[in-house]
Amino acid sequence: MKISIERATLLKAVAQAQSVVERRNTIPILANVLIEAEGDTVSFRATDLDIEVVDKAAAQVERAGATTVSAVMLHEIVRKLPDGSLVQLADDSAAGRLTVTAGRSTFNLATLPKEDFPVMATSEYTSKFSADAKTLRKLFDKSKFAISTEETRYYLNGVYMHVATGEDGQVLRCVATDGHRLARIDSPLPAGAEGMPGVIVPRKTVNELRKLLEDDEAQIAVSVSETKVRFATPQITLTSKVIDGTFPDYTRVIPMGNTRKLEVDAKEFANAVDRVATVSSERSRAVKLALDEDRLVLSVNAPDSGAAEEELAVAYGDERLEIGFNAKYLLEIANQVDRENAVFLFNSSGDPTLMREGGDTSAVYVVMPMRV
Amino acid sequence: MAHPELFDLSIAHMDCDAFYASVEKRDDPELRDKPVIIGGGQRGVVSTACYIARIRGVRSAMPMFQALKLCPEAVVIKPRMSRYVEVSRQVRAMMEEMTPSIEPLSLDEAFLDLTGTARLHGAPPAVMLARLVRRMETELGISGSIGLSHNKFLAKVASDLDKPRGFAVIGRAETQAFLKTQPVRLIWGVGAAGQEALDRAGIRTIDDLLRWDRKELSQRFGQMGERLWHLARGEDNRRVTRDAAVKSISKETTFNEDTADRELLDGHLWRLAEQVSDRAKAKELCGGTVVLKLRRANFSLLSRRQALREPSQMADRIYRTARELLDHVTEPGPFRLIGVGIADLAPAARADLTGDLLDPDAARRAQAERATDAIRKRFGSDAIVKGRSLRGRTPG
Repeated sequence: MKISIERATLLKAVAQAQSVVERRNTIPILANVLIEAEGDTVSFRATDLDIEVVDKAAAQVERAGATTVSAVMLHEIVRKLPDGSLVQLADDSAAGRLTVTAGRSTFNLATLPKEDFPVMATSEYTSKFSADAKTLRKLFDKSKFAISTEETRYYLNGVYMHVATGEDGQVLRCVATDGHRLARIDSPLPAGAEGMPGVIVPRKTVNELRKLLEDDEAQIAVSVSETKVRFATPQITLTSKVIDGTFPDYTRVIPMGNTRKLEVDAKEFANAVDRVATVSSERSRAVKLALDEDRLVLSVNAPDSGAAEEELAVAYGDERLEIGFNAKYLLEIANQVDRENAVFLFNSSGDPTLMREGGDTSAVYVVMPMRV
Repeated sequence: MAHPELFDLSIAHMDCDAFYASVEKRDDPELRDKPVIIGGGQRGVVSTACYIARIRGVRSAMPMFQALKLCPEAVVIKPRMSRYVEVSRQVRAMMEEMTPSIEPLSLDEAFLDLTGTARLHGAPPAVMLARLVRRMETELGISGSIGLSHNKFLAKVASDLDKPRGFAVIGRAETQAFLKTQPVRLIWGVGAAGQEALDRAGIRTIDDLLRWDRKELSQRFGQMGERLWHLARGEDNRRVTRDAAVKSISKETTFNEDTADRELLDGHLWRLAEQVSDRAKAKELCGGTVVLKLRRANFSLLSRRQALREPSQMADRIYRTARELLDHVTEPGPFRLIGVGIADLAPAARADLTGDLLDPDAARRAQAERATDAIRKRFGSDAIVKGRSLRGRTPG
């Protein structure tokens, strides 16, 4: 194999590859990226056995062929090359070396035979549809903060993507929860997604997917089977196993009967929460919300370090209510609001609270209160 | 009971007999004459076995399959922590009527200092303690054993001498003679590892220990040597105190045979998490960090820690976190010891403050298992302030 490729193009492809490979893996080939050159394209394939990403880039192919080389090292090298350089990759399979040349720099990297590279088994995708980047961005960006990191409840370590019935009929829905908070995000159901099996998309896949969604206009081809999910643009194909588990029945935990309504400017609210929480040095900082006629008093009382209070003018017309939350959780959900006011719906100080953006029910958040 | 010093001794150790099992038997009289094993939780290691099961050879920390081989007709019950906390509170209340000087060690055992209470109660400590166990039997339906002596070490040793329903006394006069014949493992804190170290120095009985010079002992065994020198002489001047500055709470088990069996390690993990939780509840504390400890066959130590989202004292939370840590240990083993602990301690009032959306009962269970209420009632908010100042001494 011998190719010439622009540094910027190469950097983008190997950046994605190196973020997929597992840093601390014990199987050497999994640290490598498989480079395959053919015609006028070169593809970069990386996998951790759960996720596989293939990045296709235009290149000048002098000699077709394939090899594998350390993804992290190649990325480091390309990153350090001057912008605008033309990079040449040439492999000598007999010597087991890949030569990287750019300007006056030459690198010789150890390779492993391409035959050893594990290629993910293909899957029979039962559903295929197309969604625009903007839609998928909303679905995943707004839900991923709630993904659990607790591995004993592994079925919560991802976003549950499925078809559900919303207020105006069927929707494509993403739900994530860690037991303390929950995000439920809806979007109109794309044609062809009906009957799609619900899948739990792992956290790492959600993060990798994000890189495919930068361009608003991009159309993403989504393929789903019971065990795998694939997101593809003309350049990049991201294939991932889904989490083998049952996502809990989240509908039971979304409070429907909460009537005490607070409306507040989300930005102002988040800033105030952030300010008062400063006085607490604990990991889980509790903020108390005291609500009264159009008045919200946020307070933190940390016996060891201090106390803080801030008053906000809000819209609230119900009975007096005092309720505590973990400051971080409040901040995270308030930060999801980007257009209108944040609307909180409370029941009692011990019950889950619901939050949405204005009257929009396509994105709802639930947060558990904290005893204060 | 007759003992020349019976009315002069005032440091006691109360230890309930097969506590979890006794509570279960009391709640379900059908179990009374059956062998009962408390354990399971996740995968089986015995937490507690009733005395009927013990006669058959069942011991705590034994893998469940082995216990059931010894005693196939045993009734296995999953621990009901909130129930045990409830009964523990009732026992605590009875003890508090006797003296404010109580040092709970776990849900089912505590030290009591009854010095100077004879006049108040019109009866010497020995009589008061006998009344305590009688009340526990008649009012709560559980039995306990009492050790009475002149310090904590000997009181604890004594409570174990005559179990169950024991009442043993070690007076000053017979302290030396009694200790002389005992094995060193009798000494509290001498675990399997310590025992091996002592063994290598040719120390097997307390009598062996007495032959060592104080300096030699501390040179060879450091701080432990100093302690051993005193304890071998029956000297222990630690006070009975509720507020000893605890930095961490941990429990560990050394296996009879080194093991690489993950299922077995997991079973122990659950049991140990339960014990840690039990002690945390007794001490009104919770932990912000969970620690897992494994000792390799070559005695080197592997330790992992994980900060919790919020402090906890729940066995389930401690177990789940320790389990994650264990899952991340890629070393296959074998290991000779496993331990679980909590650190970054805080007052129990700060534990488990946020409920779980997916487990609505969790908050209620946490509440039920929290033992603070009893203390608050009895000692007012002062008890809570003490807890806070305690936190100041440990890095948050």
